[in-house]
Parts: sequence; structure tokens; C-alpha cells
Amino acid sequence: MSDILVAEGVEKRFGGLIAVNDVDFTIPERSIVSLIGPNGAGKTTFFNMLTGVYKPTAGRIVFDGHDVTAKPPHVITQRGIGRTFQNIRLFQNMTALENTLVGMHCRLSGGIVRSVLRTPGLKREERDAHKRAAELLDFSGLRGSEEEFARNLSYGDQRRLEVARALATQPKLLLLDEPTAGMNPQETADFTGFVSKLRDEEKLTILLIEHDMRVVMGISDRVTVLDYGEKIAQGTPQEVQHDDRVIEAYLGSGALAG
Amino acid sequence: MRDRLRTWLGAHPDFEQEARRRAKKALIFGGVAFVILAITGAASFALIWLTAVALALYVPPWGLLRYGRWVVVLGVLALAALYPFYQANLFEIPIFGGFPSVDTGVTMLIFIMMALGLNIVVGYAGLLDLGYVAFYAMGAYTAAWFASQHFSGKNLHLGAVGINPDSPGIHISIWIVLFIAAIFTAMVGVIIGFPTLRLRGDYLAIVTLGFGEIMPQIARNGDHLFGHNLTNGPQGINPIDPPGFGSGLHNAVGLPNDYLTFNARFLGTTISNVQLFFWTALVLVLFTVFCSVRLRDSRLGRAWIAIREDETAAAAMGVPLMRTKTWAYAAGAFFGGIAGAYYASFKSGTFPDDFFFNISIFILCMVILGGMGNIWGVILGGGFLAYLNQEGLGNIGGWLNSHFSGQSESPDKWFTIWHADIDVPLYQYGIFGVILVLVMLFKPEGLIPSSRRKAEFREGVSDEPLYDVQQ
Repeated sequence: MSDILVAEGVEKRFGGLIAVNDVDFTIPERSIVSLIGPNGAGKTTFFNMLTGVYKPTAGRIVFDGHDVTAKPPHVITQRGIGRTFQNIRLFQNMTALENTLVGMHCRLSGGIVRSVLRTPGLKREERDAHKRAAELLDFSGLRGSEEEFARNLSYGDQRRLEVARALATQPKLLLLDEPTAGMNPQETADFTGFVSKLRDEEKLTILLIEHDMRVVMGISDRVTVLDYGEKIAQGTPQEVQHDDRVIEAYLGSGALAG
Repeated sequence: MRDRLRTWLGAHPDFEQEARRRAKKALIFGGVAFVILAITGAASFALIWLTAVALALYVPPWGLLRYGRWVVVLGVLALAALYPFYQANLFEIPIFGGFPSVDTGVTMLIFIMMALGLNIVVGYAGLLDLGYVAFYAMGAYTAAWFASQHFSGKNLHLGAVGINPDSPGIHISIWIVLFIAAIFTAMVGVIIGFPTLRLRGDYLAIVTLGFGEIMPQIARNGDHLFGHNLTNGPQGINPIDPPGFGSGLHNAVGLPNDYLTFNARFLGTTISNVQLFFWTALVLVLFTVFCSVRLRDSRLGRAWIAIREDETAAAAMGVPLMRTKTWAYAAGAFFGGIAGAYYASFKSGTFPDDFFFNISIFILCMVILGGMGNIWGVILGGGFLAYLNQEGLGNIGGWLNSHFSGQSESPDKWFTIWHADIDVPLYQYGIFGVILVLVMLFKPEGLIPSSRRKAEFREGVSDEPLYDVQQ
């Protein structure tokens, strides 16, 4: 399997703080890779560099054969990286359908003049987009909520809508930032199944930041562990679980002695 | 029978219930207003007619019928289009005096158009623009350059009407000038937007404020700009050519040759330049409304709302921030430019004093008062404030003075509160300020809010620049 994303020597400093330090990282195509680590390990910062929210201080990120280092977020989204947010960032006062349609923005072409004239081509494009958005909502388990404002959806549904919106950008690589945070065990199990389905049926590659180890160990093909901004381990879930540095990072240095 | 009628009309199941609710509301508010008007001597056929029309438009929930929302739109449009014919027969409202003259109507429509343009920037995209007057000025000066004797060294005539064929300067038909002004102003919008739109919120507001101040200063001092006389300084540029269709179209289909010399009688009303300006302005407003609606419901409109709601998330969803915001600026500027050029032609002149900062705030007040993002609201806000500014405050002042001033000899006088007459229009910005404060206190989402904006004012938006720094 070839790698869809290659990050080399990526580093991010905020003043004197090194949030991410010289991380090499690859994601094989059509796999589920998890990024784990204690709080403040730099996972989300790393995420934000992949999606263009932050510019790396050093290093290089290549996605699907294109250098996307320090490119603006919308360009990276257009290249095919979709993402969700750790603290849900939906467009609260737009309906579920509209949220999904915004996600399709870079896949549609209607400009200002055509929008005013509402040409037949544009009408067709909009009709197709609405249809696809409804299908995506259906696929994400939000059938019947199309016209609900995002803020009126339940927490779990908001999480689902975030994924639907990210899927609407037609990503090749989907970045999920703590998608099961705040979900109950049943919802988490459903969601895990959903993510596996995305890989198997939609042929997506998925990068997951997650704290729930049952999720991580259950669905990941590969796990990368960050601590204090450095990559301390990488491998299959089993390998990582038995890695001394990982145990130390999570449980403290005394844990190994005992 | 009833069911068949209902199916044929495509009525919503809630139709009758909603109609009853509205009827009750109309009975209470309308009844009170009607009684007050009737007591104060406005009882006339006109009052009964107007009440009947207002009830017919309001009480049945037209929006719940198939094609029903067009009834309200067309009804209001017909009321506006026929205004010059029945304006003279209307009654007087207590304190406010008579209904606005057709001349005031033109100004109201032009300001409505500007407010609708600003609404795209502020209401849709959520970019606080305190310098919108810059676009108005740009449009007005474009009209002055291309349709007056200002550049008397050059001679260019292209479809211009109402002037001596030998008169020097550039004279292009106002219709073309409106188009040039729109494009030109939209380009200025892009140029101003380029450095400023990188900023957010308060910073953007302050920079636009700066541009709003720069424009009138350039206009004022532009008589020696790098050795060229661009704006003719404080004297301004006048006269500006009137609109008109030229003798060809006049002879062929009877369209007015030239607005200023036009004179005819129709349905018992003299149709002269003011009426023509009024209807033309109405067409321009319709055009603006049409474009606003289409843009709002488009891919671009969705992106604007998304940016307003959460910039970071919008960018992550593939919305190019700079380009999308610049389009909002350009679209807003486009309509500001047309309005400015048309106003210059209407007033037959353009002067730097018309473009001071307060006009920006004035137009912003219209948008806020009416309800940001809602087209009906902005039309109401724009029309009402422009009316107050043109006529309303003067009328109110006249009423106050005749009832409470020591100088008043009027039989209406109640008692003396102040000794010398006060000039109410002098306090216009104080009064607009009070209106704005009251709106913000009691109805922050505006008189006719869009449902989305209402929610935003209640719940707030979640636009935080760098979200994960909070961890």
C-alpha cells in the first residue's frame, strides 16, 4: 500500500513552546490510523498543521503527491483532506442540509453571475447537490433531520452532522478529532462501526485522534503515539500497547518498575 | 367544497388557525390605529381603502399557500408603483403629517437600494463595514465624470439626452453610466477589500471606517490631485445629465425622451420628472431585491452565512475566505455604486459634503433597524429612516412647535413648553442614535428579523479565531 500522506520533520513552535517536535508520520492508503497521546501531547496541533490552520515552523507535508505544507485550509480541503473538530464547530444557525451543502462548496462551481441568472446548468448543479447532501445525511444516520437547525440536534447527531459535512467535501483522507468524546458506549460502538464502513465501503483513509482506547485498539490499523510533541511509538495496536515508552507516558515512570 | 378549495389552493393545514391568529392581532393593533386616525380627523375613504388593503395583505397567511408569497410581493409592489397616483388623496397622520411626497419617495428608494447593498456585506457575510459611503461616493463621481461638462477638454457624446449636442465634456447615456458606475465601484470594492478583509470583527470595522473618511477627503481635495482636477473640490460637479431614452425610443414606443422636460397627464395626475425618477428608482430597487434573493439562496450565499457563523470551520470546509468575502464586498459595492450614480443624476450634481461618515452610519442604521439579513426588514428600515431624514423630522418638528412653542399662533396650540421654535431636523443624528439604542435594547434582531439572525442574537455565534489554544 502506498502512503497517501507523508509528513517529514514537522515542527511547530508557539514562541518558546515546542508543541510538535520533528515528527515523521505517514498514513497508508485506505487504512485507519490513530493518533494518541496524553493531553497536551500536540495531537490537535499536528492535525491543524495537516489541515492548514497552522503553518508548520519546519518540515514538509505531502498529500497525494502534492506538497500541502502551509497551504491555506480551503486549498487543502480541495485537495481532499476533510476534517471534523474536537469541540463541535457546526454552523449552528444553518440547517443540517445547509451545513452539508457548505461542505460541498469546493466541489460546486456556481459563481456570482450564474447564481443571479440561475442558468439551467446551475439549477441542475444545485438540484444534484441537494440530492447528494440528503443522501449523505441519510448515510450518516440523520434521515429526517435535514431541515433541523444544527443547534437543535442532539449531541450525538451534531457529531454525525460534523462527519456528514466533512464527507461532503469528498475527501480522500478524513481527519476525525476525538469523534466519540461525550458519547455513551452504545453511540461509541455505533460510531466505530460507521468509521469502519467508511473505510471499507467508501474507500476512505482515516486519521483518528481518540482517547477511548477501546475504539483505538478496536479499529486502528496503525497507532502513533505522541508525547510532549514527539513521536514516541508507532505500530499495530498490539505493539503500541506493549511499548515501554507508551506505558511510561500514560502511567508514569513508576509503572514499569512495579 | 371547502376541502376541494383547500386542495386547489395548495393550502397548508395550519392556514385557518394562522389566519385567525393574525386576524386577532390585526383587530387589536389595526383597530387602535384606525380609531386614533379617525379621531384625529383623518377619517376618509383613503383611510378605509388603505386599511382594507393592509388587512388583505396581512391577515391571510399568504406564505402558506402555493404561490401565495407572490401575493404579498405583488401587492406591495403595486402599492408602491401606484403611489404617485394616490399620494395626493391620502390622509394626514397625527404628528408625522402627510405621507411622503413622491420626491421624498425617490430618495427613500435610493437609500433602500444602498441599504440592500450594505445588507449583503453586513447582513449576509457579517462583515461590519463602517465605510459604505465610499461606494456611494464612487458611484456618484462616476456619474459626474461620464455625464457632465466636467472634463470639458474632451468631447464624447454617447446617447446622452437633455443637453446641447455641442456641449463640451463626456456625455454618456445615464443607463450606460449606471452600469459603468456599478462595475467601477465593484472594482473599488475589491481593491479596498484586498488589504482590509484579512482582518476580523472590530479591526475590519476600524479600517473600513478609515476608508469611509478617506473618500470624502479625496472628493473635497481632488481638484488638484497630481495636477488633475478630478472632483472639482468643495464646489462639487454639476449639472449632471438627466436620464432619458432619447428621441428614437420616444417616437417609436413613447418612452420619455428626457426626464427633465417630460410632461404628460395620466389618470388625472401630472407625470413629470419626479414620477419618472420614482418609477426608475423602483425598478432599480426591484433589481437589487432580485439579485439579493438569488445570491442569498446560492452557493455563495451559503458560504457567506457560513463565514459569518464560523470562519475557521468555513475555511476547513473548503470555503476560500478572502475570495468569498471579497465577492460580498464587490456585490455590496455594485449596488452602492448604482444607487450613488442614480442619486447624482436625480439631484443633478455631486458634492463632497454628501459623503461624510455619518451617511455610512445612517445606512448601517437602516440595516440594523430593519433587521440584518432580511430583505423586507431592510426595505422597511431604509424607507423609514430616509423618510425621517427627508421629511418626517421636519413634520414632527412643525407639529411640536405649533403645539408647544411660545411663538406659535396656531389654533392647535396646547400649551407653551419652549419659548422659541426648535429646529428638530438639527437633532437628526441624536434622534437616530436614540432609535438605534431603543432597537438594540428591545428588539436587537431588528423590526423584521430573519429567523437565522434572531437565533444568532439570542444564542450568539461561535466564531473564535484559534480554538485549540483554549485547551
